Amino acid sequence: MHEWALAEAVIAAASEIAEKEGLSEIKEVKIKVGELQQIERDILEFALSQLKSTKFKNAKFNLEIAKAELKCRVCEHKWFFGKEKLDESTAEAIHFVPEVAHTYIKCPKCGSPDFEILTGRGVWLESIKGVKQDDG
Amino acid sequence: MVDPRTSTINERMRGIGRIIAVSSGKGGVGKSLVAATLALTLAKKGYKVGLFDLDFTSPSTHIILGIEGVQPKEEKGIVPPIVHGIKYMSIIYYSGEYATPLRGADVSNALIELLSITRWDKLDFLVIDMPPGIGDATLDLIRLIRNIEFLVVTTPSQLAFETVRKLVSLLKELKIPVMGVVENMKMNDSKIIQQRSQKLGLNFLIAIPYDPKVEEAIGNTNKLLNTMLVKKVEEIDSKI
Repeated sequence: MHEWALAEAVIAAASEIAEKEGLSEIKEVKIKVGELQQIERDILEFALSQLKSTKFKNAKFNLEIAKAELKCRVCEHKWFFGKEKLDESTAEAIHFVPEVAHTYIKCPKCGSPDFEILTGRGVWLESIKGVKQDDG
Repeated sequence: MVDPRTSTINERMRGIGRIIAVSSGKGGVGKSLVAATLALTLAKKGYKVGLFDLDFTSPSTHIILGIEGVQPKEEKGIVPPIVHGIKYMSIIYYSGEYATPLRGADVSNALIELLSITRWDKLDFLVIDMPPGIGDATLDLIRLIRNIEFLVVTTPSQLAFETVRKLVSLLKELKIPVMGVVENMKMNDSKIIQQRSQKLGLNFLIAIPYDPKVEEAIGNTNKLLNTMLVKKVEEIDSKI
Protein backbone atom coordinates (compact mmCIF):
# COMPACT_ATOMS: atom_id res chain seq x y z
CA MET A 1 0.00 0.00 0.00
CA HIS A 2 2.12 2.78 -1.31
CA GLU A 3 -0.96 5.05 -1.05
CA TRP A 4 -0.37 4.93 2.69
CA ALA A 5 3.01 6.64 2.34
CA LEU A 6 1.45 9.34 0.16
CA ALA A 7 -1.33 9.84 2.73
CA GLU A 8 1.32 10.28 5.44
CA ALA A 9 2.97 12.92 3.27
CA VAL A 10 -0.35 14.75 2.77
CA ILE A 11 -1.07 14.81 6.51
CA ALA A 12 2.49 15.94 7.34
CA ALA A 13 2.40 18.73 4.75
CA ALA A 14 -1.12 19.84 5.75
CA SER A 15 -0.05 19.92 9.42
CA GLU A 16 2.96 22.07 8.52
CA ILE A 17 0.74 24.55 6.65
CA ALA A 18 -1.81 24.61 9.47
CA GLU A 19 0.99 25.35 11.91
CA LYS A 20 2.35 28.15 9.73
CA GLU A 21 -1.07 29.74 9.27
CA GLY A 22 -2.07 29.31 12.90
CA LEU A 23 -5.03 27.02 12.21
CA SER A 24 -6.28 25.20 15.28
CA GLU A 25 -8.73 23.05 13.38
CA ILE A 26 -8.75 21.92 9.77
CA LYS A 27 -12.11 21.85 7.99
CA GLU A 28 -11.20 20.91 4.46
CA VAL A 29 -8.19 19.67 2.53
CA LYS A 30 -8.32 19.69 -1.26
CA ILE A 31 -6.02 17.16 -2.88
CA LYS A 32 -5.26 16.73 -6.55
CA VAL A 33 -4.34 13.22 -7.58
CA GLY A 34 -2.67 12.83 -10.96
CA GLU A 35 -4.03 10.10 -13.19
CA LEU A 36 -0.55 9.04 -14.28
CA GLN A 37 0.21 7.61 -10.85
CA GLN A 38 -3.01 5.53 -10.87
CA ILE A 39 -3.62 5.97 -7.16
CA GLU A 40 -6.29 3.72 -5.67
CA ARG A 41 -8.68 6.37 -4.47
CA ASP A 42 -10.37 4.17 -1.86
CA ILE A 43 -7.07 3.18 -0.25
CA LEU A 44 -5.81 6.78 -0.18
CA GLU A 45 -9.09 7.96 1.39
CA PHE A 46 -9.00 5.14 3.93
CA ALA A 47 -5.37 5.88 4.84
CA LEU A 48 -6.16 9.58 5.25
CA SER A 49 -9.07 8.78 7.55
CA GLN A 50 -6.85 6.50 9.65
CA LEU A 51 -3.97 8.95 9.92
CA LYS A 52 -6.02 11.97 10.99
CA SER A 53 -4.73 13.65 14.13
CA THR A 54 -6.95 15.71 16.45
CA LYS A 55 -6.56 18.82 14.35
CA PHE A 56 -8.07 16.95 11.41
CA LYS A 57 -10.93 15.36 13.38
CA ASN A 58 -13.64 17.17 11.43
CA ALA A 59 -11.68 17.64 8.22
CA LYS A 60 -13.11 16.67 4.87
CA PHE A 61 -10.62 15.40 2.30
CA ASN A 62 -11.67 16.34 -1.21
CA LEU A 63 -9.88 14.30 -3.81
CA GLU A 64 -9.89 15.40 -7.40
CA ILE A 65 -8.40 13.25 -10.14
CA ALA A 66 -6.40 15.30 -12.66
CA LYS A 67 -6.14 13.91 -16.18
CA ALA A 68 -2.58 13.22 -17.25
CA GLU A 69 -1.70 15.28 -20.30
CA LEU A 70 1.63 14.72 -22.00
CA LYS A 71 3.41 16.92 -24.54
CA CYS A 72 6.18 15.78 -26.86
CA ARG A 73 9.22 18.06 -26.69
CA VAL A 74 10.31 17.06 -30.18
CA CYS A 75 7.14 17.42 -32.28
CA GLU A 76 4.96 19.28 -29.72
CA HIS A 77 2.12 16.76 -30.04
CA LYS A 78 -0.15 16.67 -26.98
CA TRP A 79 -1.99 13.57 -25.80
CA PHE A 80 -3.70 12.06 -22.79
CA PHE A 81 -2.23 9.13 -20.90
CA GLY A 82 -4.32 5.97 -21.11
CA LYS A 83 -3.37 3.09 -18.86
CA GLU A 84 -5.46 0.65 -20.90
CA LYS A 85 -2.60 0.43 -23.41
CA LEU A 86 -0.09 -0.66 -20.75
CA ASP A 87 0.49 -4.14 -19.40
CA GLU A 88 0.07 -4.71 -15.69
CA SER A 89 3.73 -4.61 -14.64
CA THR A 90 4.38 -1.42 -16.63
CA ALA A 91 1.32 0.25 -15.09
CA GLU A 92 2.57 -0.79 -11.66
CA ALA A 93 6.07 0.59 -12.28
CA ILE A 94 4.57 3.96 -13.28
CA HIS A 95 2.35 3.83 -10.20
CA PHE A 96 5.44 3.77 -7.95
CA VAL A 97 7.70 6.11 -9.89
CA PRO A 98 5.72 8.06 -12.51
CA GLU A 99 8.97 9.18 -14.22
CA VAL A 100 9.59 5.67 -15.52
CA ALA A 101 6.80 6.57 -17.96
CA HIS A 102 9.76 7.82 -20.02
CA THR A 103 10.96 4.22 -20.20
CA TYR A 104 7.71 2.79 -21.52
CA ILE A 105 5.67 5.54 -23.19
CA LYS A 106 6.58 7.16 -26.50
CA CYS A 107 5.01 10.05 -28.36
CA PRO A 108 2.23 8.48 -30.47
CA LYS A 109 3.10 10.80 -33.34
CA CYS A 110 6.92 10.77 -33.61
CA GLY A 111 7.97 7.97 -31.22
CA SER A 112 10.15 10.12 -28.93
CA PRO A 113 10.41 9.39 -25.19
CA ASP A 114 11.28 13.06 -24.60
CA PHE A 115 7.93 14.36 -23.42
CA GLU A 116 6.74 16.65 -20.70
CA ILE A 117 4.10 15.68 -18.15
CA LEU A 118 1.93 18.80 -18.34
CA THR A 119 -0.66 17.77 -15.76
CA GLY A 120 -1.65 14.78 -13.70
CA ARG A 121 1.66 13.50 -12.35
CA GLY A 122 1.44 12.92 -8.59
CA VAL A 123 -0.35 14.00 -5.44
CA TRP A 124 -0.70 17.72 -4.68
CA LEU A 125 -2.17 19.70 -1.84
CA GLU A 126 -4.36 22.29 -3.49
CA SER A 127 -5.84 24.14 -0.53
CA ILE A 128 -6.56 23.95 3.17
CA LYS A 129 -9.42 25.57 5.02
CA GLY A 130 -9.62 25.79 8.77
CA VAL A 131 -10.31 27.81 11.89
CA LYS A 132 -7.64 30.25 13.07
CA GLN A 133 -6.56 29.99 16.68
CA ASP A 134 -7.77 33.52 17.52
CA ASP A 135 -11.13 33.03 15.73
CA GLY A 136 -12.66 31.07 18.48
CA MET B 1 -0.39 24.00 -4.76
CA VAL B 2 2.00 22.22 -2.42
CA ASP B 3 3.96 19.04 -3.09
CA PRO B 4 3.34 17.07 0.13
CA ARG B 5 6.13 14.55 -0.42
CA THR B 6 9.05 16.66 0.81
CA SER B 7 7.37 16.99 4.23
CA THR B 8 7.94 13.31 5.05
CA ILE B 9 11.49 12.77 3.81
CA ASN B 10 13.33 13.59 7.02
CA GLU B 11 10.81 11.57 9.01
CA ARG B 12 11.44 8.58 6.70
CA MET B 13 15.20 8.90 7.25
CA ARG B 14 15.02 9.49 10.99
CA GLY B 15 16.21 5.98 11.86
CA ILE B 16 19.40 6.28 9.80
CA GLY B 17 22.70 6.95 11.57
CA ARG B 18 24.85 8.31 8.75
CA ILE B 19 23.89 9.15 5.19
CA ILE B 20 26.88 9.05 2.86
CA ALA B 21 26.60 10.32 -0.72
CA VAL B 22 29.41 8.85 -2.84
CA SER B 23 29.99 11.53 -5.38
CA SER B 24 32.34 12.95 -7.98
CA GLY B 25 32.50 15.73 -10.49
CA LYS B 26 33.07 13.33 -13.37
CA GLY B 27 31.73 9.98 -14.54
CA GLY B 28 33.87 6.88 -14.88
CA VAL B 29 35.98 7.40 -11.75
CA GLY B 30 34.54 4.40 -9.89
CA LYS B 31 31.87 5.99 -7.71
CA SER B 32 29.52 3.05 -8.08
CA LEU B 33 32.24 0.51 -7.31
CA VAL B 34 33.28 2.45 -4.20
CA ALA B 35 29.64 2.93 -3.10
CA ALA B 36 28.67 -0.72 -3.66
CA THR B 37 31.78 -2.17 -2.00
CA LEU B 38 31.60 0.31 0.89
CA ALA B 39 28.03 -0.88 1.57
CA LEU B 40 29.16 -4.50 1.21
CA THR B 41 32.11 -4.23 3.60
CA LEU B 42 30.10 -2.30 6.20
CA ALA B 43 27.38 -4.98 6.04
CA LYS B 44 30.00 -7.73 6.41
CA LYS B 45 31.21 -6.02 9.59
CA GLY B 46 27.73 -6.37 11.03
CA TYR B 47 26.39 -2.86 10.49
CA LYS B 48 22.84 -2.28 9.28
CA VAL B 49 23.40 -0.85 5.82
CA GLY B 50 21.28 0.49 2.99
CA LEU B 51 22.43 1.21 -0.56
CA PHE B 52 20.44 3.58 -2.74
CA ASP B 53 21.40 3.88 -6.40
CA LEU B 54 20.54 7.44 -7.36
CA ASP B 55 22.11 7.29 -10.78
CA PHE B 56 18.67 6.93 -12.39
CA THR B 57 19.69 7.16 -16.03
CA SER B 58 22.71 4.84 -15.69
CA PRO B 59 22.25 2.66 -12.60
CA SER B 60 24.99 0.05 -12.14
CA THR B 61 25.32 -1.00 -8.47
CA HIS B 62 22.91 -3.91 -9.09
CA ILE B 63 25.33 -5.23 -11.74
CA ILE B 64 28.35 -4.80 -9.45
CA LEU B 65 26.66 -6.74 -6.64
CA GLY B 66 24.92 -9.24 -8.94
CA ILE B 67 21.46 -8.29 -7.72
CA GLU B 68 18.56 -9.69 -9.73
CA GLY B 69 15.17 -11.28 -9.26
CA VAL B 70 14.24 -9.22 -6.19
CA GLN B 71 11.60 -6.55 -5.72
CA PRO B 72 10.65 -4.24 -2.83
CA LYS B 73 7.67 -5.16 -0.68
CA GLU B 74 4.68 -2.86 -0.61
CA GLU B 75 3.80 -2.11 2.99
CA LYS B 76 2.61 1.38 3.89
CA GLY B 77 5.25 2.55 1.44
CA ILE B 78 7.93 0.38 -0.08
CA VAL B 79 10.36 -1.78 1.85
CA PRO B 80 13.62 -2.53 0.00
CA PRO B 81 14.72 -6.19 -0.17
CA ILE B 82 17.86 -7.26 1.70
CA VAL B 83 20.59 -8.65 -0.57
CA HIS B 84 24.09 -9.61 0.69
CA GLY B 85 23.03 -8.04 4.00
CA ILE B 86 22.25 -4.70 2.33
CA LYS B 87 18.83 -3.04 2.04
CA TYR B 88 18.98 -2.30 -1.65
CA MET B 89 17.00 0.33 -3.55
CA SER B 90 17.28 1.26 -7.21
CA ILE B 91 15.09 2.56 -10.02
CA ILE B 92 15.81 -0.70 -11.87
CA TYR B 93 12.94 -2.32 -9.94
CA TYR B 94 10.69 -0.11 -12.04
CA SER B 95 12.63 0.63 -15.22
CA GLY B 96 14.02 -2.89 -15.71
CA GLU B 97 16.67 -3.29 -18.37
CA TYR B 98 15.32 -0.46 -20.51
CA ALA B 99 16.76 3.00 -21.12
CA THR B 100 15.25 5.66 -18.88
CA PRO B 101 15.81 9.05 -20.51
CA LEU B 102 15.13 11.65 -17.82
CA ARG B 103 15.52 15.41 -17.82
CA GLY B 104 16.54 17.28 -14.69
CA ALA B 105 13.04 17.95 -13.40
CA ASP B 106 12.15 14.26 -13.88
CA VAL B 107 15.28 13.17 -11.98
CA SER B 108 14.21 15.47 -9.16
CA ASN B 109 10.67 14.13 -9.13
CA ALA B 110 11.72 10.47 -9.17
CA LEU B 111 14.23 11.13 -6.40
CA ILE B 112 11.66 12.88 -4.19
CA GLU B 113 9.14 10.11 -4.87
CA LEU B 114 11.56 7.34 -3.84
CA LEU B 115 12.83 9.25 -0.79
CA SER B 116 9.29 9.86 0.41
CA ILE B 117 7.97 6.32 -0.02
CA THR B 118 10.98 4.12 0.83
CA ARG B 119 10.94 2.75 4.36
CA TRP B 120 14.55 2.14 5.40
CA ASP B 121 13.63 1.69 9.05
CA LYS B 122 16.75 1.52 11.25
CA LEU B 123 20.15 1.74 9.56
CA ASP B 124 23.66 2.53 10.75
CA PHE B 125 24.68 3.68 7.28
CA LEU B 126 22.84 4.60 4.10
CA VAL B 127 25.27 4.73 1.18
CA ILE B 128 24.03 6.66 -1.85
CA ASP B 129 25.56 6.14 -5.28
CA MET B 130 25.27 9.54 -6.93
CA PRO B 131 25.14 10.44 -10.61
CA PRO B 132 28.24 12.40 -11.70
CA GLY B 133 28.41 16.16 -11.36
CA ILE B 134 26.63 18.84 -9.41
CA GLY B 135 23.25 18.59 -11.05
CA ASP B 136 19.73 17.95 -9.82
CA ALA B 137 20.38 14.87 -7.69
CA THR B 138 23.18 16.56 -5.73
CA LEU B 139 21.23 19.77 -5.24
CA ASP B 140 18.12 17.88 -4.16
CA LEU B 141 19.95 15.77 -1.58
CA ILE B 142 21.54 18.89 -0.11
CA ARG B 143 18.12 20.59 -0.04
CA LEU B 144 16.14 17.67 1.34
CA ILE B 145 18.33 15.60 3.65
CA ARG B 146 19.38 17.29 6.83
CA ASN B 147 22.40 15.16 7.81
CA ILE B 148 23.88 14.30 4.42
CA GLU B 149 27.67 13.99 4.09
CA PHE B 150 29.78 13.41 1.00
CA LEU B 151 32.52 10.96 0.15
CA VAL B 152 34.32 12.18 -2.94
CA VAL B 153 35.93 9.89 -5.52
CA THR B 154 38.57 10.96 -8.04
CA THR B 155 41.17 9.33 -10.27
CA PRO B 156 44.81 10.46 -10.51
CA SER B 157 43.82 12.52 -13.55
CA GLN B 158 43.97 16.26 -13.06
CA LEU B 159 40.81 16.46 -15.17
CA ALA B 160 38.89 14.39 -12.62
CA PHE B 161 40.42 16.26 -9.70
CA GLU B 162 39.50 19.63 -11.18
CA THR B 163 35.79 18.63 -11.15
CA VAL B 164 36.21 17.30 -7.60
CA ARG B 165 37.66 20.66 -6.57
CA LYS B 166 34.53 22.39 -7.86
CA LEU B 167 32.20 19.92 -6.15
CA VAL B 168 34.05 20.32 -2.87
CA SER B 169 34.08 24.10 -3.05
CA LEU B 170 30.31 24.06 -3.54
CA LEU B 171 29.83 21.71 -0.59
CA LYS B 172 32.09 23.83 1.60
CA GLU B 173 30.21 26.97 0.71
CA LEU B 174 26.94 25.27 1.67
CA LYS B 175 28.52 23.91 4.86
CA ILE B 176 27.88 20.30 3.88
CA PRO B 177 30.39 17.90 5.49
CA VAL B 178 32.88 16.11 3.23
CA MET B 179 34.15 12.89 4.85
CA GLY B 180 37.14 12.65 2.59
CA VAL B 181 38.65 11.85 -0.77
CA VAL B 182 39.22 8.45 -2.37
CA GLU B 183 41.75 8.26 -5.19
CA ASN B 184 40.83 5.36 -7.46
CA MET B 185 42.67 3.57 -10.30
CA LYS B 186 46.10 4.70 -9.21
CA MET B 187 48.86 3.57 -11.59
CA ASN B 188 51.97 4.95 -9.84
CA ASP B 189 53.21 6.33 -6.52
CA SER B 190 52.44 9.97 -7.23
CA LYS B 191 51.30 11.90 -4.18
CA ILE B 192 49.85 14.79 -6.18
CA ILE B 193 46.17 14.04 -5.48
CA GLN B 194 46.87 13.47 -1.80
CA GLN B 195 48.74 16.76 -1.54
CA ARG B 196 46.13 18.69 -3.51
CA SER B 197 43.33 17.21 -1.37
CA GLN B 198 45.11 18.11 1.84
CA LYS B 199 45.75 21.61 0.52
CA LEU B 200 41.99 21.99 0.19
CA GLY B 201 41.65 20.93 3.82
CA LEU B 202 40.22 17.54 2.86
CA ASN B 203 40.77 14.24 4.58
CA PHE B 204 42.61 12.00 2.07
CA LEU B 205 41.17 8.58 2.94
CA ILE B 206 42.68 6.00 0.60
CA ALA B 207 44.44 5.44 -2.71
CA ILE B 208 43.17 2.38 -4.59
CA PRO B 209 45.63 0.91 -7.09
CA TYR B 210 44.29 -0.01 -10.52
CA ASP B 211 43.24 -3.62 -10.21
CA PRO B 212 42.39 -5.52 -13.42
CA LYS B 213 40.79 -8.29 -11.33
CA VAL B 214 37.88 -6.00 -10.46
CA GLU B 215 36.32 -6.32 -13.91
CA GLU B 216 36.18 -10.14 -13.65
CA ALA B 217 34.74 -9.89 -10.16
CA ILE B 218 31.77 -7.73 -11.16
CA GLY B 219 28.52 -9.46 -10.27
CA ASN B 220 30.19 -11.86 -7.85
CA THR B 221 30.49 -10.56 -4.30
CA ASN B 222 32.79 -13.38 -3.17
CA LYS B 223 35.30 -12.52 -5.89
CA LEU B 224 34.87 -8.80 -5.19
CA LEU B 225 35.74 -9.29 -1.54
CA ASN B 226 39.12 -10.65 -2.64
CA THR B 227 40.09 -7.69 -4.77
CA MET B 228 42.59 -5.01 -3.81
CA LEU B 229 39.76 -2.51 -4.30
CA VAL B 230 37.70 -4.01 -1.49
CA LYS B 231 40.70 -4.43 0.78
CA LYS B 232 41.36 -0.72 0.40
CA VAL B 233 37.70 0.24 0.78
CA GLU B 234 37.68 -1.68 4.07
CA GLU B 235 40.21 0.86 5.30
CA ILE B 236 37.58 3.58 4.81
CA ASP B 237 35.27 1.68 7.17
CA SER B 238 37.71 2.07 10.01
CA LYS B 239 38.30 5.74 9.24
CA ILE B 240 34.68 6.86 9.25
